[in-house]
Amino acid sequence: MGATIVEKIFSSRCRKPVSAGDVVMAPIDRAMIHDITGPLAIEKFREMGGTKVFNPEKIVTLFDHQIPADSIRAAENQVMMRKFAAEQEIFHYDLFEGVCHQVMMEEGMAEPGELVVGADSHTCMYGATGAFATGIGSTDMGFVLKYGALYFRIPDSIRLEVEGRFPYRVGPKDLILSIVGDVGADGATYEALEFTGPTIEAMDMAGRMTCCNMAIEMGAKTGIVPPDATSWEYLQERKEVKPFDLASDPNAHYAEFRHYEVDSLDPQVAMPHNVDNVVPVGDIEGTAIDQVFIGSCTNGRYEDMAAAAEVLGGDAFSRNVRVIVIPASRREYLKTLRAGVIERFVEAGALVEAPCCGPCMGGAFGLLAPGEVSLSTSNRNFRGRQGSAGAEVYLCSPQTAAASAMYGIIIDPREV
Amino acid sequence: MKVWKFGNDVDTDAIIPGRFLTINDPDELAEHAFEGVRPEFASGVQKGDVVVAGRNFGCGSSREHAPLALLGAGVHIVIARSFARIFYRNAINTGLLPLVCGEADEIEDGNGIEVDTAKGVARSGEKEYVLEPVPSFLQEIVRAGGLVEYAKNLKELPLCTGLE
Repeated sequence: MGATIVEKIFSSRCRKPVSAGDVVMAPIDRAMIHDITGPLAIEKFREMGGTKVFNPEKIVTLFDHQIPADSIRAAENQVMMRKFAAEQEIFHYDLFEGVCHQVMMEEGMAEPGELVVGADSHTCMYGATGAFATGIGSTDMGFVLKYGALYFRIPDSIRLEVEGRFPYRVGPKDLILSIVGDVGADGATYEALEFTGPTIEAMDMAGRMTCCNMAIEMGAKTGIVPPDATSWEYLQERKEVKPFDLASDPNAHYAEFRHYEVDSLDPQVAMPHNVDNVVPVGDIEGTAIDQVFIGSCTNGRYEDMAAAAEVLGGDAFSRNVRVIVIPASRREYLKTLRAGVIERFVEAGALVEAPCCGPCMGGAFGLLAPGEVSLSTSNRNFRGRQGSAGAEVYLCSPQTAAASAMYGIIIDPREV
Repeated sequence: MKVWKFGNDVDTDAIIPGRFLTINDPDELAEHAFEGVRPEFASGVQKGDVVVAGRNFGCGSSREHAPLALLGAGVHIVIARSFARIFYRNAINTGLLPLVCGEADEIEDGNGIEVDTAKGVARSGEKEYVLEPVPSFLQEIVRAGGLVEYAKNLKELPLCTGLE
């Protein structure tokens, strides 16, 4: 029996053959904490008797959820984390760089074959380069900070094979929403989702990140794309790395195979209040919206901004909609700015904010009142996620978000 | 000891909304537990009450504030048909006991409940429900009362081996 890419990564990290179902205490290559989960992780690290972290060079700390501090408490948490980073000699990004997951990718902090953990559920995004990356809680992270290792039950894998070319104004977000709708909110619990097939091979890194990012919305431990020329090139632009082969064996054991084709895929929307409540946009066209958010670790990259701007063209956003645009990182912001896309958004009436999580997690700003409706390119539409439990959140692609923002109702971006 | 019954896919935003995540104290978090989806929970919950739910309890964010909010509210056991992965780990790590029960859907809201963790059964509404044991590799952490205590007692890191 061959091994899946996930089994190979754990075998390599543990220096012995291991397979799905085995429980191992595995060494961690990199760990990330942010302003929300960091304070508790540091507290747990200290409760465990931790004084020095296992290796400051393998730890990343940054702020992205509530920045600049929106309350005295948030400010206090940030002061505590800054002090910790300084005393432990951890290089600290503070609030300058952007959303944690995007920064991790940009900085080349997740290489193929590495085992990366983050105290945030969307850490699974780093599978886009072929790392095994998963989200953990703060106590697990306290343990990692102290020991540089964590217990894992090695997951089974589900192989997703994707074929075909995306139609006009349909893209990776529509694909992953349709997959979440198909697999279900707990259809991949404890399992790894391996994205394969010609569509994935032809996809850029931004699209792969969008897909891997939402693996957690199916309960998966991670999403992963086997590294290829696209991912190695992305990494080589950032650091010195030498490509090597890392892929599942042809005779590897999978828990499940699923096949998708995108040639006739329609734009997809996840309706309130579950991410797997997915329909083609045509089913809900005309739904009135109050706020549109274009951003987040799922869809806050230059490619997403450019796709939204392409739909917008020279038009304006509806005056009945608050359009909030947030590039996922400083680098993506600059790229979007230099391409003239930010200018176009501002002209069209959008509020462009500095890189951060924004309304996605409903903590900082852009909160919704009861009865309000938001259309968002982010990853979760749980009841109360973006403010009042009486509000509704729909999820979609940047193209659908831009088109809908122009008309104040949910519409198919192909009709604009 | 009373049942607080919830449905499927109870997410961590429902357990503790994002706007309260600057709070790290369990007792204070408990004041906002289920605030949006079940506003009467925080004021009505009693020490020893049990949260019962359907599939995929605790899906979504990795926020450990979710199990901490329940612990702060005096809830030490959650019974569900299934749990989301990160929440399950966080619960075990913080000393909240997540127990899988195939028949959790039948347990009724507001009924009295007694949980016998040694025998692996729950009694509620004159019926006995079988609870699945926590996987063996996690039992040592459960016995320690959570990962912090487990770590404190760790003499040597069992690197690259199992926990048993």
